[in-house]
Amino acid sequence: MLAHLAANMEETASMILFGIGFTTLLLHKNLIKKIIGLNIMDTAVYLFLAAKGYIYGRMVPILTDGITDPAAYTNPIPDGLVLTGIVVSVSVTALMLSLTIRLYRRYGSLDLDEIVMQWRKEER
Amino acid sequence: MDFVCNFPFFSIILAMFCGILSSVLKGPWAKRLCLFMVTAVLVMSSAVLAYTMKTGTSYTYSMGHFPAPWGNEIRAGVLEALTATGFSVIMLLSLLGGMSHIFTDVEETKTNLFFILVDLLMSSLLALIYTNDLFTAYVFVEINTIAACGLIMIKQDGHGIVAAIRYMVMSLLGSGMFLISLSMLYDITGHLLMEPAKEAVGAIVASGSYEVPLLVVIALMSVGLAIKSGLYPFHSWIPETYGYATPAASAILSSLVSKGYIFLLIKVFYRVLGYENVVSSKVINALFVFGLVGMIVGSVKAIKQTDTRKMIAYSSVAQIGYIYMGIGLGTKAGMAAAVFHIFTHAATKSLLFISAVGLYEVSDGKADYRSLRGSGYRNRAAGIAFAVGALSMVGFPMLSGFISKLMFATAAVQSPHKMVATILGLAVSTILNAIYFLRLVISIYSPAEREYGADMSHQASRKLKVASLLFIIVNLVLGLFSQPIVNAIDAGLSMFV
Repeated sequence: MLAHLAANMEETASMILFGIGFTTLLLHKNLIKKIIGLNIMDTAVYLFLAAKGYIYGRMVPILTDGITDPAAYTNPIPDGLVLTGIVVSVSVTALMLSLTIRLYRRYGSLDLDEIVMQWRKEER
Repeated sequence: MDFVCNFPFFSIILAMFCGILSSVLKGPWAKRLCLFMVTAVLVMSSAVLAYTMKTGTSYTYSMGHFPAPWGNEIRAGVLEALTATGFSVIMLLSLLGGMSHIFTDVEETKTNLFFILVDLLMSSLLALIYTNDLFTAYVFVEINTIAACGLIMIKQDGHGIVAAIRYMVMSLLGSGMFLISLSMLYDITGHLLMEPAKEAVGAIVASGSYEVPLLVVIALMSVGLAIKSGLYPFHSWIPETYGYATPAASAILSSLVSKGYIFLLIKVFYRVLGYENVVSSKVINALFVFGLVGMIVGSVKAIKQTDTRKMIAYSSVAQIGYIYMGIGLGTKAGMAAAVFHIFTHAATKSLLFISAVGLYEVSDGKADYRSLRGSGYRNRAAGIAFAVGALSMVGFPMLSGFISKLMFATAAVQSPHKMVATILGLAVSTILNAIYFLRLVISIYSPAEREYGADMSHQASRKLKVASLLFIIVNLVLGLFSQPIVNAIDAGLSMFV
C-alpha cells in the first residue's frame, strides 16, 4: 500500500491537496481563505493532470529539430486541459474576490457566518 | 449532411455572440436582441427536433474537421433537440413574464448586463445539452455557474450578494468534484470524447481492472452534479437564491439552470460511463435515497415558510428530489419519468414564480400569506395561472404534474426492491405538496382583510398575462398530449445507448 503511494507520489500529493482545498472551501468561515481553498483545490487537479500527462524522459511536444516520431514527445492534451482549467479558475477567482469586496464594503466583515447573521437580522 | 445539422452549432454560437454584442448596446436593444436570439434558438431547435424525429437517428457534428478521437464534437439526437426546444420555450416565457421587473429591479445603466448574462446562460445550457466532449462540458458548466451567479446578484442589494456567494461556494465545490472525476476518467480511459471514452470504459469493465477508480469517478461525477443541481442535502443555497432574485431570474434559475446539470449527468451516465455500470456500482441507490429524503424534507420545510417566495423555492428542493428518485430507480422507465419531470418542473415552477409576482404586485409587494389574501380577485390572470401551477405540482389530472407522478409510479412497479419506498414517498410528498400549495391557493381566493394600493403598472401586467396564459397552455399540452413527448423521450434515451 505504502509502496504504491510512494510510486504515485504526484497523484497522492494532488489528492491530499484536493482534500485540503475542498474542506477549506466548504468549512472555512473567512471568505478570503475560502478563495484560497478554491485555488488549492483547482491547482491540485492541475498537478494531477500534469503528472498524468508527463512521460519521463520525453520532450515537450513542440517540433524544433525535425523529430517527427510521436514516441519522443509527451502527451500535449493534459497541458491543454491545464491551461483551459487555469483560465476558468482565474475568472471564477476574480468573480469571488469581487463579491467579497462588495460584501466587505456592505457588512464590514469577511466572516461569512457573521455576514449571514447580520443579513438575517436585517430581514426581520 | 443536411443544412439542419448545423443548427445546434449555430444556436450555441448565436447565443454567445448576442451576449458579446449586447455589451455595447443599451438595455432595451439588448432586450430585443435577447428575445430575438431565444426565438431563433427555439425555431432552430424545433427544426433539429423535426429532423431527428424524421430520420430516427442521432448525428455527430465534428468541429474543425478533426476526426473522432481528436476533434471536438457536438451531438444531436431526439432528446437533445427536445430539451433544447423545451428550454428555449421556457426561457422565452420567463423573460416575457418577468420583463417589467427586470427594468425596475436592475439599475438603468446595467440592464444590458442582465441580458448579456441571459445570453451566456442560454449558450452554456445549449452547449451542455449538445456537447459530445467532457472537457467542453466542464468549461460550459463553469460559464453557466458564472452567468447564474450574475443573475442572482443583479439586484445589487445585500441579499443578492450573500445569496450569490453562497451559491458560488456550493457550485464551485460541485464543479471541483466534476473536474477531478473528469481528470481521473481521462486518466483511465485516455479519451475526452464521449464515444471513445465509453468504449474504453467498456474494455476496462470487461477486463476487471481499475474497479475502484471507476467507482470513484462515478461517485464524484454524480455528487458533483448533484450539488450543483441542489439535491438534498446540498440544497442550502436554494431558498435564498430563488427567493431574492428578480422574478425572471428566479424562474430561469429554478427551471433551467439546475436542469441543465441533471441533463448532463444523465448524458454522462448513458454516453460515457455506461448505464449498466452505473446501476451495478450502487451509486445510483444513494441518489435514490437522497432524492426520496429530499422529496419529504423539501416539502416539510416548504410548509414551515411564511414567505411564499421561499415556499416555492423549497418546493423546488422536493421536485429535484423527484427527478433524482427517478434516476435512482435504475430502470429505463424511471429515467424516462425523470426526464419527463424535468420538463414538468421546468414548465410549472417558472409558471409559479412568474404568476406569484403578479399576485405580489397587487398586494403592495408583500409575499406572506396574510397579505396575499384576495389577490386572486385583484389580478385574475395571475390567480388562475398560479392555481393551475399549484394544481399541476400537486398532481391534478389533465396537468403535467399528474403525468410525471403516474410515470414515476408505473416505473416504480417495475423495480421490485424500490417499489414500496417510491410509492410511499410519492404518496406522502403529494399530500405535503397539497398542504402548502392548496393553502396558498385557498388564501389567494379568500376575502381580503384590508384595502390595497392600486395596480402599479398596467403595461406590466399585460405582458405577465400573456406569459401566464402561454405557460398554462404549455402545462396543458404536457398534461393532455403527453404521449408523443413520452415517445420522443423514449426514442431519445434509446439513441443515447
